[in-house]
Amino acid sequence: MSGFTHEVPGGAAWSFPIRAGRLVTLTALGDDACVSTLLFGPDRLDRLNVPDTLKAQMSACIKAPMVLMSDRGVALASVVDSSLDWHDCLTGFGSDAHLARFGPSSYAVDRNDWKRSAHTGLVSELTRHGLGEADLHGSVNLFSKVGITDDARGTLGLLTGVSQEGDTVTLRTEVDVLLVLATAPHPLSTAPYAPAGVRIDVAVAEPVTTDDPSWNFRDESARALEQARRLAA
Amino acid sequence: MTTTLQATVLDTVVQAGDGALIRVPAGGRLRIVDTYGNQAVDTLLYDADDIDNRYSALDTIREQGAVYLTTGSRLLSTRLDELAVISDDTCGRHDTIGGACAQESNVIRYGEHVRHQHACRQTFLAYGAAAGIGQRQLGHNINFFMNVPVDSLGNLNFEDGVSAPGKYVEIVASRDILVLISNCPQLNNPCNGWDPTAVQLLGWWES
Repeated sequence: MSGFTHEVPGGAAWSFPIRAGRLVTLTALGDDACVSTLLFGPDRLDRLNVPDTLKAQMSACIKAPMVLMSDRGVALASVVDSSLDWHDCLTGFGSDAHLARFGPSSYAVDRNDWKRSAHTGLVSELTRHGLGEADLHGSVNLFSKVGITDDARGTLGLLTGVSQEGDTVTLRTEVDVLLVLATAPHPLSTAPYAPAGVRIDVAVAEPVTTDDPSWNFRDESARALEQARRLAA
Repeated sequence: MTTTLQATVLDTVVQAGDGALIRVPAGGRLRIVDTYGNQAVDTLLYDADDIDNRYSALDTIREQGAVYLTTGSRLLSTRLDELAVISDDTCGRHDTIGGACAQESNVIRYGEHVRHQHACRQTFLAYGAAAGIGQRQLGHNINFFMNVPVDSLGNLNFEDGVSAPGKYVEIVASRDILVLISNCPQLNNPCNGWDPTAVQLLGWWES
C-alpha cells in the first residue's frame, strides 16, 4: 500500500515532508476554501518564490500546468490538474488582525474551535521543523480567486462564490518538499467564520512522459524542471 | 506650527549593479532619483530593531487593495507594521510582484548562458550581511521605477519602464528602518532599458 489521506479541518494548520514524485491532491471540504500554502525544497532554505514563479510564466495567478519555482530556480512542484483556473498568490495569508472582527477567541473558552490566523498557524508549523518567522514567504492561496481591475492602480479584491466543496488541485512534487499550509479564512473574506477544511491525498506519480503538460508549458517551466532533475541526478 | 529643520544627510550615487544599506530613522525621508531613466531599483525594508519584521509585498498589496505602489502606499511588514509610506512619486507607479533577479531566475528566464551574470540577489546578500540579512531574510521586494502590468485575465507582463530621466520616488520612514537597495544589473529585459544606469539617493533626517 502506498500513499495516504489526511484531513485538515478549517481554521487549522499542517505541515508534512513529501518526497519527490508524489501526487498531492487537495480537495476543498467546503465552499470558498482558502488553503494558504508554503513550500520548501530539500534543504529547507530554498523555498517557493511567488514573484519568480509568476514572471517566468507570465501569469498573475497559479493554475495548471504551471510550475511552482523556488528562490534557486528549482521546480518544487507542478500544478498538474485543477478544477479551478485561478489560485490566488497576490494577497498573502491572514494575520491575527484579520480575525479581530470575530471577537475574542481563546483555547480556554473555545477549546479546539478557537480561531487562529494563518500567520500564527504557519509559524507554529515552521517552528517544529526548526524554521520560523524568517522563513515565511508569499503563499499560494489555493481555491481562492482575486479579481483584478484593469485600472491605473491594479485594484484587486477577493471574489466569492467561485470555489465550491469538492473542487480540487493536484500538485506533483518535483523534489523532496516540506509542505506547510493553513486553512484559516482568506484575509479579505467578509463572510461569517466558517473556514473550509481540506482533504489531502498523497499518491505515487506516474513517470513523467515527453508530452507532460508542465514540461511543455513554457521554456521557463521546462528549465525549472530541469534544475529539479539535476538535484536528483 | 513648529517646523523641524532637517539637513540633507545623504547624497550619494549608486552605480549600476551596485547597492546600498541605509538606516533611515523614524520620520526620515529618502528619495531615490532615476537619474537617467528606466532604471529598476530593487528595494527591501526592515525594521531596524528586528530584521524578521520585514517588508511584505503581498501584505502591502492586500491591505491597499491594489497591485501597484505609488504616493500614499503604506509599505507594511510581515507583522502588518507600517515601515514607511511613499510620500512623493513623480513616476506614477512601481512594481512589487516582479521580484528581484537572481542568477538562478535568470537561467530560468533566459537560459544557462546567463548563469554567471551579475544579479540583484548577490547585491542584496553582499550589502545585507552587515545587518545579519541573509538568504532567509530576503522577502519579495519593491521594484521602484519598474512596470509589471497585470490584468483582469490574470496575465502578467514586463514592459518598458514608465519612468524617465530625473523622476523620483520618496519614502518617509514610519519607524527606524533599514533600506536595502540593489541597483538592478539586469541586461536581458527592458526593466533597465537594456542599459543599467546609476541612481541618486538623497536623505533628509536629523543625524
